[in-house]
Amino acid sequence: MNLHEYQAKQLLRQYGLPCSKGEVARNVDEALGIAARLGTSRWVVKAQVHAGGRGKAGGVKLVSKKEEITEFVKNLLGKNLVTYQTTAEGQPVNQILVEEPCDIAKELYLGAVIDRATQRVTFMASTEGGVEIEKVAHDTPEKILTITVDPLVGVQPFQARQLSFALGLKGDQIKQFTKLLLGLGKMFEEKDLSLLEINPLVITKDGDLICLDGKINIDDNALYRQPEIREMRDTTQEDERENRARDWELNYIALDGNIGCMVNGAGLAMATMDLVKLNGGNPANFLDVGGGATQERVTEAFKIILSDKNVKAILVNIFGGIVRCDLIADGIIGAVAEVGTKLPVVVRLEGNNAELGAKKLASSGLNIIAAESFTDAAKKVVKAAGA
Amino acid sequence: MSILINKNTKVICQGFTGKQGTFHSEQAIAYGTKMVGGVTPEKGGQTHLGLPVFNTVKDAYKATKADASVIYVPAPYCMDSIIEAVEAGIKLIICITEGIPTLDMLKVKMFMAQYPETRLIGPNCPGVITPGQCKIGIMPGHIHLPGKVGIVSRSGTLTYEAVKQTTDLGLGQSTCVGIGGDPIPGTNFIDVLALFEKDPETEAIIMVGEIGGTAEDEAAEYIKKHVKKPVVSYIAGVTAPPGKRMGHAGAIISGGKGTAAEKFAVLKAAGVHIVKSPAEMGSMVQHVLQTVKA
Repeated sequence: MNLHEYQAKQLLRQYGLPCSKGEVARNVDEALGIAARLGTSRWVVKAQVHAGGRGKAGGVKLVSKKEEITEFVKNLLGKNLVTYQTTAEGQPVNQILVEEPCDIAKELYLGAVIDRATQRVTFMASTEGGVEIEKVAHDTPEKILTITVDPLVGVQPFQARQLSFALGLKGDQIKQFTKLLLGLGKMFEEKDLSLLEINPLVITKDGDLICLDGKINIDDNALYRQPEIREMRDTTQEDERENRARDWELNYIALDGNIGCMVNGAGLAMATMDLVKLNGGNPANFLDVGGGATQERVTEAFKIILSDKNVKAILVNIFGGIVRCDLIADGIIGAVAEVGTKLPVVVRLEGNNAELGAKKLASSGLNIIAAESFTDAAKKVVKAAGA
Repeated sequence: MSILINKNTKVICQGFTGKQGTFHSEQAIAYGTKMVGGVTPEKGGQTHLGLPVFNTVKDAYKATKADASVIYVPAPYCMDSIIEAVEAGIKLIICITEGIPTLDMLKVKMFMAQYPETRLIGPNCPGVITPGQCKIGIMPGHIHLPGKVGIVSRSGTLTYEAVKQTTDLGLGQSTCVGIGGDPIPGTNFIDVLALFEKDPETEAIIMVGEIGGTAEDEAAEYIKKHVKKPVVSYIAGVTAPPGKRMGHAGAIISGGKGTAAEKFAVLKAAGVHIVKSPAEMGSMVQHVLQTVKA
C-alpha cells in the first residue's frame, strides 16, 4: 500500500524528523487558509498523487501570490495528473499540499528498501539528489552509498556517521543526519515499510537538513497490525476494478489487450498471458482467482473481466489440483449463465475429473469452447478473439 | 534416492486441527506420507485423524522424533511457529502459509542463521513431494509419477504444469520443491540445485522462475560453475507490464535486473536450456535427455 506525500510527512513528524511546515487542502478556501496560517510570502503547492515525477509534470509549483494558489488548485484538483511514472490516464488529484518554501543549498538522496539479495533492510544515500538519481545509479554506481541494517540491533550511529562523512556533511549536520537515519530505521521496522524514499533530502542555506519529499510503501501483508496506516488508504489512487477484485480476494491487473484471462495461481496466470502472446494474442488482464475457485468468485471474476469493454474472448485456465474439475465446470457454467455473456469462453481444466468437467462444459449449451491442452487453449482463444 | 524427503520421513503438522491442517494432513496420509502427529496449543492429549495432538512442537518432537514439520497456521502467527519448530530441533520445516510480513521473514532468517542444520522451505509455497513416497504440502498427489526429473519452482500451479508435462511424457519426477514466491524465501534455487546435482536419481532439472528479484540470476551463476546435469528453465512474466512505480529506490537496488527477458538471457548464457513457452518444459527435458544419451 502506498502513502501520499502528506501522509508520509505525518509519519516523519511522529518520529520527530524534520519536514517543511505545511498542511493539506481539499479545496481553494482550505488552501488559502493554510497559506495565511503559514504567514510566509511564498508557498510551494504540491498535487498529491501516488506517483513520482510530479515536478516535471506541472504538479509542483513555487508561487508568490494568493491568486496563483487559487489558480493552481482550480487547475489540478479533480483532474488527473500524468507523469512518467503513471499510466497514460494518470492519477486523480484530490488533495493539494501547501507548504512554506525552503531555501535549498544542496539536494541529497536517501532511500531504503528490503533488499532481496542481502535479505536485509538497506539504506541508500547519494550526494546526487533529485530526479536523475536512477541515471546516477546506472552510470556511476559508486555514487550510491549503502548501509545494511542488522535486524537484531537496527541502524547504529556509526552507520549514520559513515554515510554523513561520505556525503560531505559537517558539524551539526552529522548529528541531524544521525537522528534522521536512526528515526527512519525505527519507523521502517515499526510501521512495516517495504520502501522509503526521501528525495530530495535538502541541506538548507542555513545548513539544516529537511525532508522535502517523502514516498512510503507499506507491506500489504503487515496491514493487519497497522491500524493507523490502514486508515490512510486512498482507494481513488488505485484502479477501481483492482479494488473490487481485492474485495473478493482476486488479484486483477488491467492491461490493454482483448483476451480476458482467468487463471488460478499467479505464476500460471503470468504463464498463460505469455502463451497467449506467443500465439499472437493480446491479454486484456492478469487475473489470479487463487486457490479456492468457487462459483461465487468465478462469477465475480467474470464480471470484472467483462467490465472491460475491449474484451472479445475469455480464456479460463484452471489447474484444479485437489479440487474436482467437474465442480469447477459447474461453477464456470453457473457463472457464464448468470453473467449472460455472448462472448466465447475457452476453458482448459486440468486435475481431478478433468474429462467429466470438459463433458459438462461441452454440453452446457453456452458459448463455451473446451480446450485439450495449455497450448490448444491459447490457440483457440486467440482465434476466437480475432473472429 | 530423492532429495529432502522420502518414504521414511516422519512428519508432524503445526496447525493440525485447523481446516487447512486437517484437509491436507488427510490427503498426505492417503498418499502414504508417514504423518506421526500434530501440534495445536491447548489440544494436547487429544487424537486427530488417528494421530496424537501435542501442545508444543517440543512435546511433539520428544514423542515422535519427527524429521519434518509442515506449517498451516495463519500468517500473523507464522514467525512464532517457524521459530518454535527450529528451536524444538526439527530439521526440515515447510511453511505453506502465504501473506507473512516480509520483516517477520527477515527476522526468521536471521534467527535461523544460528541453526545451519535446519532448513526452511517456503513460505507461500505448495510444499515438497517425492512421488510415490512422501507428500508434504498442498500439491495434488495424483499428477505425479516417480521418475528422474527434479523440479524446483517459485510458483505453485505452474509447478503442477511442469509436473503434468513430465508425467505425461513418462519421465516422472525425483522430487519437486516449491520454494515459494515471497521476497525472502527460506530456501533458494541454489540450495535445491545443489541437492539435485548430488542426487543420483535426478537426471535433469526443471527450474521455473518468475519476474522480480535476482534469484534466477544467482542460480544462473551457480549452474555455470557447479551443475553438470542439464537444466531446463522457463521464466513466467515476459508479457507482464512494468506496473506503476513509486519513486526510484526499487529500480536502484535491482540495477535493471528482474525482467523475464534479462533472466532468460542470463540463464541462456549459463548453458541452461530455456523455453519461451510454458507448455514446452516437459518436451524440452525429453529432448535434452535424449540428446545427452545419444
